[in-house]
Formats: sequence, C-alpha cells, structure tokens
Amino acid sequence: MIYLQLFLSFFKIGLFGFGGGLAILSLIEMEVESNGWMSQQEFVDIVAVSQVTPGPIGINCATYVGYTAAGFWGSVLSTFAIVLPSLIIMLSICKAYFWLTKRFHGNPYFEQTLRMLRFTVIGLVASAALILIKPTNFIDSTSWIIFVSVAFFTVLPNIVKNKATDILSHPILLIILSGIAGYFIYR
Amino acid sequence: MFFQLFWTYLKIGTFTLGGGYAMLPLIQREVVDRQGWIDEEEFLNMIALAQAAPGLIAVNSAIFIGWRVGGWRGVAGAVLGAVLPSFLIILAIATVFAEWKEQPAVEAAFKGIRPAVVALIAAPLVKMARAAKISWLTLLIPIAAALFIWLGHVNPVWVILATIIITLVIVDIVERRRK
Repeated sequence: MIYLQLFLSFFKIGLFGFGGGLAILSLIEMEVESNGWMSQQEFVDIVAVSQVTPGPIGINCATYVGYTAAGFWGSVLSTFAIVLPSLIIMLSICKAYFWLTKRFHGNPYFEQTLRMLRFTVIGLVASAALILIKPTNFIDSTSWIIFVSVAFFTVLPNIVKNKATDILSHPILLIILSGIAGYFIYR
Repeated sequence: MFFQLFWTYLKIGTFTLGGGYAMLPLIQREVVDRQGWIDEEEFLNMIALAQAAPGLIAVNSAIFIGWRVGGWRGVAGAVLGAVLPSFLIILAIATVFAEWKEQPAVEAAFKGIRPAVVALIAAPLVKMARAAKISWLTLLIPIAAALFIWLGHVNPVWVILATIIITLVIVDIVERRRK
C-alpha cells in the first residue's frame, strides 16, 4: 500500500527531523532510498530544485517524492504527513507554553538533550553530504573542481565579509553558475 | 484572522528562498514590527521552541504564531500559507521534470549542478559547528553519528533516539550523584 508507506515515512521524517532543512535531508534520503522511490541522482536533482525554489526544503522534497511515487494524491498525503507531527507537537507546546517555560527553563535533562541533539544534527548533515559523494554525482575531476569552488564561495563570507563575497556565496547563483558550467563542459 | 495570516505567510513563503531559517527575519518584520501581533521577546521564545521541536522550522513557527494570534483558524491560515507556495511550485515542476530532464542540455547542466549541491550541503557544517560551540571532545559526537549513518547504514532516526536516551541517562547519573 503505497499511500500508507508514504504517510508513515514522511510522518517519521516530521517526527524525528530535528535541526531544520539540511538535517532532515539525511532522513529523507534514507526513506526514499530504502523504499526505492527515487535514485540517488534524482534525489540530488530535487535538492537542487529545492535550493532554487522558495519554501522549506522538507515540503519541497515531500511534495516531489509523493508525486513521483503516487501522483497528485501521493504529494498531498506526503506533505500532510510531514506537517502532522509538527501540528501535534507545536500545538501541545502552545497550550502548555507557560507551564513549559517554567518547568523546562534551566532543567538539565531538557537543556543537555537539546545541546547534544545540536551536535548529532551536525553529523546528520555531514552524512547527507557523504552519502551523496558517489560516482553517479561525481563523474570526473571537473565535478571535484565544481565541488571545491562552490564550497569555497559558500564559506568565503565567513573569512572575508563584504558585498561581493556575500553575493558570490548565494546558493541560487552558485547553482545557476554550476548549471551553465555543466552545460558547456558536458553537452 | 485566517485570511490575514494566510496572506502574510503566503507572501513570505512565495518570496523567500533558502528555507525556514531565511524566513524567520521576514516573519519577524511582518508579525512583530508591522502588525504587532506578538512582542519581540515572545517571538524569540517562539524561535527557540520552533527549533527545539522536531519538524520544519517554518511550519513550527507558523503553528505557534497562528495559534497565538488567531487560535485554530490562525493555525490553519498560517500553515496553509507557509506550505502552499512550495507545494504548488514543486508540483508544477514535478509534472514536467521527468520529461524535461531527458533533454541533453538539461542533463549536461545537472551534471555540473550535482557536485555543487553536495558542496552546498557540506559547506554550512563549519558554521553549524561554530554556532553549537563544539569542542574537540564533543566533535566526536557528530563524527560518530555521521559514520554510523554513512558507513553503517544506520537510520538517522536511531541515531537521534540514541542521542536522547544516552544524554538522559548521563544527566540522570550526574544529577543523582550531586544529591
């Protein structure tokens, strides 16, 4: 039952997706791959599309995966499923907001868990990148030149902060430039 | 209130690239500075909660603000506004993408784009590590997590659960000793 599978997978991603978009990628990657909904190459392509279109990356992936796996209703269901855990958890937090802030502020169990999750999330993002370093995505040495240049321009504003480095570090610009480079090199 | 929140989030959702984090300053300007629906302090608490809770940050913040400003209707309006633009845009792309990708020019472009995407995922790691105030010792946590997932093919869900359980056990031992 494809609909049930989609629902469960994206519910799980919404429930365990700590740390925002990039951290969620490794969860989506695992679900999509183990269910055979997409190849790794397709996954990278949709991440690229997500980077150049507006909106949260999780919603973009859910919609796209749902659509390719089971058409329009698949995309509706997957998007709903990734949002549902947030609805349940955030509404509970809202209802208990004052109680929660009193109870959990300065609570060592709560604060240490959040702190450790932040460390783990860094590992999750790293794994998402490591899994994608494969011959299907890195076809020759030019791929590595593109990889290093994009990484360089992304990190550059942390070292030299000015208008030019800010513009050059923009992910959309970098994707468009890589696309143009790819067009001229591989066509 | 449904339409006001729907419209606010739709506007922000349609014109922000870069996901949840990029949306936050725009949401703040609209909700705190312009409309005055909630004050600055509550907004900052909201961001902390939206980040601590699992799920998408944009959606979490929409739920919180929707609830504070307009109850159930507010939640419905804000969440729909946050989700609908990306849903519709991706749906439109998904219907043509498979055919479109067969084009040799597009395929060539994507050959250049794929390594760039991997770099865009990897590059923010430095910033994330700095923001989390990571030390040489705690650096072992993300390294272990990444290796388990990458080489051990462990589902990230288990890594997250293990982090929560191990932390709670250690904190519990420390707290008991202290007493």
